[in-house]
Amino acid sequence: MPFIELDTVEKIFTVRRKTGLIRREKREVRAVDGISFGVDRGEMVGYIGPNGAGKSTTIKMLTGILTPTGGRLRVAGIDPARERTRLAQRIGVVFGQRTTLWWDLPLKDSYRLMHRMYRIPDARYRENLDRCVDLLDLEELLDVPVRQLSLGQRMRGDIAAALLHDPDVLYLDEPTIGLDVVSKARVREFLRDLNTTHGTTVLLTTHDLTDIEQLCSRVMVIDHGRLMYDGELAGLHAVGESERLLVVDLERELPPITDVPGARFVRSEGPRQWLAFPATASAAPLVAAVAARHPLLDLSVREPDIEAVIAKMYGGTREERRESLM
Amino acid sequence: MADSLRTYRMVAGMWIRSTMTYRASFALTVFTSFCVTFFDFVVILLMFGQVRGLGGFSFAEVALLYGLTGTSFGIADLTMGSLQRMGKRVRDGSLDTFLMRPAPLLAQVAADKFALRRFGRVAQGLMVLVWALVLLDVAWTPVKVLLLPMTVVCGAVIFAAVMVLGASTLFWMQDAAEVTNSFTYGGNTLLQYPPTIFAQELVRGVVYVVPLAFVNWLPALHILGRPAPAGMPDAAAFASPLVAAVCCAVAGLAWRAGIRSYRSTGS
Repeated sequence: MPFIELDTVEKIFTVRRKTGLIRREKREVRAVDGISFGVDRGEMVGYIGPNGAGKSTTIKMLTGILTPTGGRLRVAGIDPARERTRLAQRIGVVFGQRTTLWWDLPLKDSYRLMHRMYRIPDARYRENLDRCVDLLDLEELLDVPVRQLSLGQRMRGDIAAALLHDPDVLYLDEPTIGLDVVSKARVREFLRDLNTTHGTTVLLTTHDLTDIEQLCSRVMVIDHGRLMYDGELAGLHAVGESERLLVVDLERELPPITDVPGARFVRSEGPRQWLAFPATASAAPLVAAVAARHPLLDLSVREPDIEAVIAKMYGGTREERRESLM
Repeated sequence: MADSLRTYRMVAGMWIRSTMTYRASFALTVFTSFCVTFFDFVVILLMFGQVRGLGGFSFAEVALLYGLTGTSFGIADLTMGSLQRMGKRVRDGSLDTFLMRPAPLLAQVAADKFALRRFGRVAQGLMVLVWALVLLDVAWTPVKVLLLPMTVVCGAVIFAAVMVLGASTLFWMQDAAEVTNSFTYGGNTLLQYPPTIFAQELVRGVVYVVPLAFVNWLPALHILGRPAPAGMPDAAAFASPLVAAVCCAVAGLAWRAGIRSYRSTGS
């Protein structure tokens, strides 16, 4: 049996809108519209989709914060909404845009509270804290009041706080949002290590495709509250016909490059040209072909972002969404 | 219950330590808090400088009413007063982080932003109560003596239950805190004065609808040897524990319903 199990789970919000002085109009919004999936122990899954697709709502139902309107939902055999506090011992949650740390107190005070609130045995607490402090480089931050930490430092602090009680599942909502490249890399490395050495199941929502590429073997795409794709990341590119961009700087302004097989000319700006090629294809032969035929100075490859992949996958959905929000 | 108390202690402790990082600010708020509540009583003192009695009650008798409700409300406000600010947590979604912890939500929210300065209100209420007891000319019986602490405790519980009930509505209406305040702060002010000076409809409302009269009026009138208001039997003076229990049950049900309908916010 999967560790996390959703069976046609629904969450419907009733939105009341003023239409007159007193008159209200009731409308139903299906934030999550019949989602089913299972995640096994030790899996690391990316959960992606545009804003308002229902990602956070799903995560909140999995933690028991929100009660599903319909369907069946189990995490570690527990019904989250019914036994929220019991489940809390088994899960760790990191919301990228919301901290659980105590603003005015040194970082270590927040950890001490976790120690007591989660009733973590002393030895285990010590061991987990030492590991997190070591791997997330928190040693010098422990005595610093949280309000003085940078965004990246606080995120690392938050991740450590979510792991002190050895959760079986870790939910991460935008864990790398707003972080610089170095902080991002450190967070990713830590998560990978957590997953491989501790076997912690990780469910991660993100806008950053690189997070998914470097961490997740499996990706789920949600849009309009429905599961649109569930499989490998490579498959997503194939389904979405997503393209990467090759940006080439030539020696001088030249006519559009159209003679390289597999590449499509997008636009040019002086000596710089943009070529699109399928995300599933390798960039190396393409670069070689361009370099062989044209005076090449510099180049870079741009990864497709998730928004673009999904927009392409389900063309027109964006417009519909905007309408439904009106 | 034990779990709630434990959680409350932990969270309140964190807030006390947070407040202590700004010591000067803390000292200042304690001072202002004490002044505000003190002047509250000065009003009654001044009034008795002009009149001999208020609705047939002497100064000592009014002081007893004031001291009882002041202490009860002070205790409820100290321990549960933060509930009125839960609306903000619901609106900005920061209640989510509380819900993810393996601890009772009510204890976490009640201890949220725990402010020791509110102890000033309890201290002031107790001072007035002691003063009233010194001045009062009452034939004390063991029953009347026991009635005093029971009244303070039950009164605090009734106020606390009203605060929880009010906070429950915040799950649906985040700006309804002022309605609750009119029952808690407003109720406290009402109960400081003898029931004889108010319109009978109002008194009936506080006896039968929102049972605030059980906080101090009914037991205090019994101690003072006066008839119970609004046609209540004399034995109603001892009904406060029962009323407090009913209030808690209602508040508990409302709180559960509130949590279940919590909608969170988009992150």
